[in-house]
Amino acid sequence: MSRTDWKSEWKPLLIIVLVFLGTFYLPLGNTRFDNALMESLHLAKWYAQEHVLTCLIPAFFIAGAIAVFVSQASVIKYFGAKAKKVLAYGVASVSGSILAVCSCTVLPLFAGIYRMGAGLGPATTFLYSGPAINVLAIILTARVLGLGLGVARALGAIVFSILVGLLMHVIFRKEELEKADARMAMPEPEVTRPLWQNALYFASMIGILVFVNWGKPEGPAGFWHLVYSIKWLITGGFALALAVILVSWFGVRLWKVSLAFIPSIILGLFFPHEPVIAFAAGVVGLSVLTSRDKGEAGDWFGSTWGFTKQILPLLFFGVLIAGILLGRPGHEGIIPSEWVSSAVGGNSLGSNLFASVAGAFMYFATLTEVPILQGLIGNGMGQGPALALLLAGPALSFPNMLVIRSVMGTKKTIVFVTLVILLSTISGLIYGAFF
Amino acid sequence: MAKIQILGTGCPKCRQLTENAEKAARESGGDHEIIKVTNINEIMKFGVIMTPALAVDGNVKSVGKVLSPDEIKKILN
Repeated sequence: MSRTDWKSEWKPLLIIVLVFLGTFYLPLGNTRFDNALMESLHLAKWYAQEHVLTCLIPAFFIAGAIAVFVSQASVIKYFGAKAKKVLAYGVASVSGSILAVCSCTVLPLFAGIYRMGAGLGPATTFLYSGPAINVLAIILTARVLGLGLGVARALGAIVFSILVGLLMHVIFRKEELEKADARMAMPEPEVTRPLWQNALYFASMIGILVFVNWGKPEGPAGFWHLVYSIKWLITGGFALALAVILVSWFGVRLWKVSLAFIPSIILGLFFPHEPVIAFAAGVVGLSVLTSRDKGEAGDWFGSTWGFTKQILPLLFFGVLIAGILLGRPGHEGIIPSEWVSSAVGGNSLGSNLFASVAGAFMYFATLTEVPILQGLIGNGMGQGPALALLLAGPALSFPNMLVIRSVMGTKKTIVFVTLVILLSTISGLIYGAFF
Repeated sequence: MAKIQILGTGCPKCRQLTENAEKAARESGGDHEIIKVTNINEIMKFGVIMTPALAVDGNVKSVGKVLSPDEIKKILN
């Protein structure tokens, strides 16, 4: 029998004690707390009903496809030590959409660009924009927080990341870093089909995502309303296109694809008023089809499944916690609305700055910034501060500041954090002035 | 005896790769030691910027993806 080793066992002990004390003093019966619990469940239910099937699942398939079918080597070569500087900044500002689907890939890439590649400027550009513009983040932001914030988040991240990079480069231009001897180890290129075929493949999935989520327009007539009234037909059309693409270019047998999609079509005919049933059947069909495939389609599903496993639990707990703390829009959680609106309401310099600083130091697990922001906006946070937090939030957190410091030193880290806070505040002020 | 080095800062993919490497090491029978490299500056010394990556005795064998146990076995033999 080994004795208990408290050096390693203190963590589980601490957790047990905290959970015990939390449960012991659970403020059941307190109206605010009971309401907050209900709010949290309502919010989770709303996400489950509105966002999981038609938004998150297509987004996971798209993210999985990006990870498998977009050649990362072709992007990374622009970060090399010999790459043209202008190009390096441009690529660094947008490549997060391809390279940074998982937030843990951002820091190694940043360190690599800094030490072995194009240097400080492009590295900090990538570090700022990467986490903010990955596809999943943008899709979910646009869907839950509105198209305006979704687009502003992407554009703001791209534009301001280039500014951050250039400023870092100018401020520290005298310090030439000794480049590490190591050569960058490139991932092997894996593209096996022409670019236009890949483009059509992505277009078919983005088409599904866009049209299945087509919102009901305010007016009773007009073009947008026409699109809305036939959105399921359009979605089906894109699904058919995807099926054709899978058969013609991905080497999936026709009979398998037919078998996967026929249940969806039949269910669509039987339940024309509940098109979600047909959609769900289509998702199941596609999953069964791709997961049993031994080739590229199998890799696609593997990567999609990886994202799903990784992100869904985080998001689920993120939504529950955001619900308890902040409630749904129009309802209060544990935190009183006045606190939120007095700290980050309106569009004052103070609100924007507070949102930026809070975002910079706080840690957000992948995508959880979205439900938290939704709660804050529902409690009176202004649009400007919301954007400021969205820009500063995922780019930085206290734990990753420590890692960044170990890579580029204290001085540069402090300057970088300050720049991020300043530029996020400014972009919040600009956005808030217009919306 | 080979040293299998798993490079990664501790994300789920890195853990998956570690598990696969352990499985591959067990099944291939040889005497392998699995070492996790989590410090980002150590990872840079391998020249790796896409994690997770796998190296054998300091030579990088794959970057940016989770190899299956079978693929790792092929690398070991």
